[in-house]
Amino acid sequence: MITLTVNGSPQPLEAQINLAQLLENMQLTGKRVAVERNGEIVPRSQYAQVELQDGDQLEIVVAVGGG
Amino acid sequence: MHTLTIAGKTYSSRLLVGTGKYKDFDQTKQAVDASGAQIVTVAIRRTNLGQDASQPSLLDALPPSKYTYLPNTAGCYTADDAIRTLRLARELLDGHTLVKLEVLGDPKTLYPNVVETLRAAEVLVKDGFQVMVYTSDDPIIAKQLEEIGCVAVMPLASLIGSGMGILNPWNLQIIMEHAQVPIIVDAGVGTASDATIAMELGCDAVLMNTAIAQAQNPVLMASAMKKAVQAGREAYLAGRMPKKIYTASPSSPTSGVIGT
Repeated sequence: MITLTVNGSPQPLEAQINLAQLLENMQLTGKRVAVERNGEIVPRSQYAQVELQDGDQLEIVVAVGGG
Repeated sequence: MHTLTIAGKTYSSRLLVGTGKYKDFDQTKQAVDASGAQIVTVAIRRTNLGQDASQPSLLDALPPSKYTYLPNTAGCYTADDAIRTLRLARELLDGHTLVKLEVLGDPKTLYPNVVETLRAAEVLVKDGFQVMVYTSDDPIIAKQLEEIGCVAVMPLASLIGSGMGILNPWNLQIIMEHAQVPIIVDAGVGTASDATIAMELGCDAVLMNTAIAQAQNPVLMASAMKKAVQAGREAYLAGRMPKKIYTASPSSPTSGVIGT
């Protein structure tokens, strides 16, 4: 079992997964999001190659209305 | 003459609008369209865990193919947070580099922290961003931001969301006199006349959000702002008559008046 921090909240996971699978679990596949992992931007093309590790800090963002 | 050029790209509208504080995306789209704005600011925020992912998004309402997105760093209080936010924005928007940098100093006034703003601007310009920067109306800071390489400097007219209008036209004039990049009044516009005054002063454009979104009728106010910016620009280009204090000058002929 591993625990990620996703957008500031702990996310325990039964098994290790990659970033594309995490986004799928969050119903974000195909949505326009951007991901930062441990302070580094993860290019969209690499989501399936990024195996998430215990303790990873993820920020997943979207564009919203703002001024 | 009537077009605005920012970072080599030309726009026919001199009104930039925010997309926050609207009732829904439908109203956002109607107001943006009524404003004629081609550049729209957006915020970058965490996805909500447990959010309904099938809900429409802002990008559905305002397709990035039709509008130039200007992702902002609203809510950031340090240079580092602002830089991280804009790197995320660049990835989110497929390598888009035109951004609005704002680093705030205080949650009550939302006044910019110019020290952190300068720091962030340096890093972002070196990193290849085209930075439009929100700042105070300090002419020295404005010039320094230009020298760092910001593509537009955007001083406040008054506090964000205050609707207080242009509190210090003299500072804005000093900033404009020395600027080689577009000067865009950002924040504080409350109604159409404020936007006109900004443009009459010689500002290159006006950026606003709350003045439209929080009007009783946002779509009508958006239309008013479009005309206000155009009117102010034309008045600036036309060159106003000099003010003549205590000296009246009749508009009608002084001779030929009956009974004389």
